[in-house]
Amino acid sequence: MTATADVATFLTERFPLVAGRPSLDYPAFNAPAAQVLEVLRGLRDEAGYDLLADVTAIDWSAAKSPRFTVVWHLFSTVGHQYVRLAADCADDAHPSMPSATGLWPGANWHEREAYDMFGLTFAGHPDLRRILMWDGYPYFPLRKDFPLAGLDTALPDLAVADETGVSVKPAPYMGGPFVAAPGSTIEAGEPRAKDQSWSEGQEKPKET
Amino acid sequence: MATEYTFPENAAKAPAAAPDFGPERMSISMGPSHPSTHGVLRLQLELDGEVVTKADPVVGYLHRGDEKIAENMTYNQFVPYTDRLDYLAPLANNVAYAIAVERLAGLEMPPRCQATRVVISELARISSHLMGLGAFGIDVGAWTVFLYTFTEREKLYRLFEELTGARFTTSYTRIGGAARDVPDGWLDRVGAFCDQFLPILEETLALLTRNRIFIDRTADIGVINKEDAIAYGLTGPNLRGCGVPLDLRKDRPYSGYEQYEFDVPVGSKGDSFDRYLCRGEEMRQSVRIIRQAIKNFPGGAWYAEDAKRIFAPPKDKILTSMEELIQNFMLVTEGPQMPPGEVYFEAENPKGALGFFVVSKGGGVPWRLKIRSPSFCNLSILPKVCVGAMLTDIVAILGSFDFVMGECDR
Repeated sequence: MTATADVATFLTERFPLVAGRPSLDYPAFNAPAAQVLEVLRGLRDEAGYDLLADVTAIDWSAAKSPRFTVVWHLFSTVGHQYVRLAADCADDAHPSMPSATGLWPGANWHEREAYDMFGLTFAGHPDLRRILMWDGYPYFPLRKDFPLAGLDTALPDLAVADETGVSVKPAPYMGGPFVAAPGSTIEAGEPRAKDQSWSEGQEKPKET
Repeated sequence: MATEYTFPENAAKAPAAAPDFGPERMSISMGPSHPSTHGVLRLQLELDGEVVTKADPVVGYLHRGDEKIAENMTYNQFVPYTDRLDYLAPLANNVAYAIAVERLAGLEMPPRCQATRVVISELARISSHLMGLGAFGIDVGAWTVFLYTFTEREKLYRLFEELTGARFTTSYTRIGGAARDVPDGWLDRVGAFCDQFLPILEETLALLTRNRIFIDRTADIGVINKEDAIAYGLTGPNLRGCGVPLDLRKDRPYSGYEQYEFDVPVGSKGDSFDRYLCRGEEMRQSVRIIRQAIKNFPGGAWYAEDAKRIFAPPKDKILTSMEELIQNFMLVTEGPQMPPGEVYFEAENPKGALGFFVVSKGGGVPWRLKIRSPSFCNLSILPKVCVGAMLTDIVAILGSFDFVMGECDR
């Protein structure tokens, strides 16, 4: 079977639990987390999607459950088609997903990044360490409850932190970001609506 | 690539099996400020004598949180951040990002806009490959190449500056169009650049292609087979150097690439020398594409005129007409209005397939924007490639990968 054959027919016949997912471009499917590896293997070996283009996660905000969705993008180097597969993480407090490193060694770094940014653990990953932030960093920055400016954090080298008493400070953000978020009013995006401490009449507070 | 580069003594030189130097291993940190790491890559190496037994790339020194930043600003406000991904080809990043968001909006660009984007993407490719070759040359001891390639890059910078106002951080595209139309006479100057560039390119490549020292340093070094290259998600010249003829411009044409004739060079061995040859040939093909594009450069609109909630109207209309003024005001305050949905788009950038995964809940701000960076994926194969190589070969391998840490770390 080649990748040019209808991937939707293939998936629904082979994996009845896989359902379609709304998408504006490529065929997209939702799979149950327990079955994800089988589906990925089927897509790779039987449908010809041999290149794992991307693995990432989406945080739907702390108020939503399921909170985290993992998304895989596969590409076929023969049929030149993309397919998107998504799976929700069952546990919102300790989200986890089976690791695809056994299928694609290239998944290693993508999953490390998703762990680093979202705190998702990948069961079966050989070396789940932080990749972009430093080892020992206490937060998961791409979660929606992590502030854009960052949080006061100890320096990577604790010996240096003890000696100097210096820490990593949040960015001086002065009420930003200055945009209207989806669903809010224009006024909410105004800088001074968010932070009254800095205006024409009042001086910019000194950074500590 | 059927270039012959066999020297009888090479066979004796290649370390077939790692020689046994006894049980002692040395741990060495190469980078983050090593000149051959092209930025801030750190390789934690374990050495047995001169032979690498383990390599662990440490990335993230240039992490700026671009994806977090993108979730907190409107789509057009993020364009300058895309300049700083692959900062050797900012125009190509601008184009990739704009097309990704336009796919979300379901917008089709008019032919003039598409042709402009093809020309600037190819100019960016030439500019990036020139830098890649120059730096590769320096890494393995060929200083002169860099002087040639940087002279040419300087000419490209002048063209970029004339088009965008900036030499380096161009921020040229907008969702639904561009910052401005192509200036008068600019295309002629691009054509003139191409005419004088080709002979210089031949001269530059001649400094390396049949250079005995360069071949000794790069041939059979860092060999990657096809299966590994695909399994690790390599893209761009690094994948084609391994013999996989995958080029998104041909296989998933965007921005009107299907109208142009060009060849996709592939390597035969997958070593550092093949990756170099692929980049050299790609520059010739880029010139070919640019010449075709400017020969039949389309007229008409240079932005999506019907996308009133996405692209700002012309300035003279904003200043004279009430409706356009309101339209501009809404765009500036609330951003281009997008439908809810998910879109993934990969463009064939100089370094490989640069992908943007946009998740929108509607409105002017993305809910999630994931940047699939080719340098990040290409580097993930280093732990496999470096093992068994000599320490000095690491430099030749890194140089041939032509990665950019701004894009890898985001």
